[in-house]
Amino acid sequence: MKNAKKFKLEPKQLIRIHDLMVKSRVLEERLIRMYKQNDGYFWIGGPGEEAFSGPLGLQVKKGKGLDFDFLHLHYRSSPIMLAMGAEPIDSLRQMKNVATDPYSGGRNFGNHYSKRDWNVVPVSSTIETQYATAIGTGIAQAKKGCKGITIVNGGDAGTAEGEFASCLIWSSRPVMPLPILMIVTNNSYGISTPAATQHGEKQIADRATAFGIKKAVIDGNNPEESWFAIKDAMDYVRTERKPFLLEAKVSRLYGHSSASGANFVADEQDCLATFEADLESAGVLTRKEMTDLREKYNAEFLEQGKQVKQEPMPSGDTIYDHVYYGQKGRYW
Amino acid sequence: MASMAQAIRMALAYGEQNLGIEHIFGEDVGPPLGGVFTVTQGLTKTWNAPLDERGIVGAALGLAYANVRCVAEIQFCDYIYNTIDLLKLAGMSCWATNGDWPVPMTIMTPVGAGIRGSIYHSHSFDATATHIPGFKIVMPSNALDAYGLMLACLKENNPTFYLKPKALLRVEGEEPIPGEPPLTPEGRKQLKAMIDAPLGDRSKWKPQWPALTDYTVEIGKGKIVREGSHVTVVTYGRHVLIARDVADKLRDEGILVEVIDMRTLWPYDWEMISASIRKTKRVIFVNEDTEVSNFGEHLLRRAVDELFYELHARPKLLAGAFVPGIGLSDNLEIASVPQFSDIEKACRDLISELA
Repeated sequence: MKNAKKFKLEPKQLIRIHDLMVKSRVLEERLIRMYKQNDGYFWIGGPGEEAFSGPLGLQVKKGKGLDFDFLHLHYRSSPIMLAMGAEPIDSLRQMKNVATDPYSGGRNFGNHYSKRDWNVVPVSSTIETQYATAIGTGIAQAKKGCKGITIVNGGDAGTAEGEFASCLIWSSRPVMPLPILMIVTNNSYGISTPAATQHGEKQIADRATAFGIKKAVIDGNNPEESWFAIKDAMDYVRTERKPFLLEAKVSRLYGHSSASGANFVADEQDCLATFEADLESAGVLTRKEMTDLREKYNAEFLEQGKQVKQEPMPSGDTIYDHVYYGQKGRYW
Repeated sequence: MASMAQAIRMALAYGEQNLGIEHIFGEDVGPPLGGVFTVTQGLTKTWNAPLDERGIVGAALGLAYANVRCVAEIQFCDYIYNTIDLLKLAGMSCWATNGDWPVPMTIMTPVGAGIRGSIYHSHSFDATATHIPGFKIVMPSNALDAYGLMLACLKENNPTFYLKPKALLRVEGEEPIPGEPPLTPEGRKQLKAMIDAPLGDRSKWKPQWPALTDYTVEIGKGKIVREGSHVTVVTYGRHVLIARDVADKLRDEGILVEVIDMRTLWPYDWEMISASIRKTKRVIFVNEDTEVSNFGEHLLRRAVDELFYELHARPKLLAGAFVPGIGLSDNLEIASVPQFSDIEKACRDLISELA
């Protein structure tokens, strides 16, 4: 085909990334529907970040303990979790806040993941605190011989918080540089406030320069560019045991959250649509194959949603459980 | 006769050697200073952090997530307030994940007035700390408890606040810490020579730790410091010593004051407190944090809720004045936090009330 897209990645890998992006998008759209059908109280998530976060999740060294990667994620990270092997139905469970929600037992918003077996530390609604806790796992992994790294992501608006500066300072201390991959997914907004009205720096990644931290700014709507940029950054952090700041320009396709309507934003680039057009032009996948895939996930998650609605809610008498580790029942 | 500062230092040394404590850090915690109150001198796992309290607490929480045990210091509790959301995050991590994450970290910080520390070195933190569910909170009143409570914190799988009553850090204990030299003036000199850093160049100095052994004060258990039958004073930290002195004075007049050292603020020893109130029928809760939304108000409310018909007089709270800070001048500080005379008067007033 004339002007066909030429990829560097193998077709098998492209298909894998595409599958993940579709799966993530359909999952988020299912979560939004659940919210709009009163099967959840609030939605916030990551549609628009699939082209970056999918390739990121696929390259994580998954496991428990210091020799594996620690993840300090924000609430737009569903593609990362799915890439690591999370079950979509568990996201539906958290949205429905049922007792079977494995991430919080019905206590937290959707997309607030936590999985100790995979070093995924608790996602918090507090903006940017994850850049402070990343310092700690970074310190734990700084010692020689440790193979894992710390990965932290957040949005552009949150970089105004002090913890972002803390992470820059602590990760580049001459006495103990830290193996932290700092990621900013820059969608150009903080809820309703355009970043351009609040930030004078040309690029957020420029802040790395003052600390001697290596940096890159990439098109996070391009999965292939994301794949290689993430690989390079991870390789650097894993080998050099030093920090790296990676800024990915992404879209925000359903607004900030359900608080802003959670409706599709047509005037932003849709990374999935762009990628699918490229895949089609390159002959990697046909339109029918891609449509079928989307329909398959749609049907799967619809059924899973029905199942989740039948699952029990947490009992009110469990509210005191786990205030302390291993403790159940009222503790005072 | 270890001071409280020395006791904490020895507990941390024991923790490094026996409890897997891998990081002890904060502003000026590492060499050469070893902490502004000397509690981290000579330790091997100490290091200096940037002047960044949010980074310090975040680092501690991250280390805890990595299951690496640590102690982080906020140099004065007056400077902990900008870390409040990180503290809340630490307190809720286990609960919010339905029990998935232990959080083995200790935050230690000097608290309270008593050294003429002016507005920003005299704050208390107990009222705020006790508003953060998920933490266990201790505050010693003597060197031996300082040692035993620190070991308890270091063994915890939950976040702990170790509140150091700064006015007591130089006060020597009356009970021996297991392994320390004899409680004599000579023993005191011997201990100082062993574990206190010399003035001047310390680069080649290394401490000689006594043969320290395990002594753990169970979290959640108070201590009756003076037994009495007329009125109960429930307190913690430096006011234990003041209340004890009041009890000793009033005992000569036949007024028997029972003094309870809570030692742990959360979870607290309600069994001990309620048993004492049932016995004396009168209770005063004493602490130096500001009196509005004070932790003592919670205890007082619980006493009213559960023991109202057993009380012979109004339960009372004696706490710090509700003012923004502690003024520097002697008269200002004295007027701001409960003094010996205030506790004495409160005891006399309560006893004089007719049943």
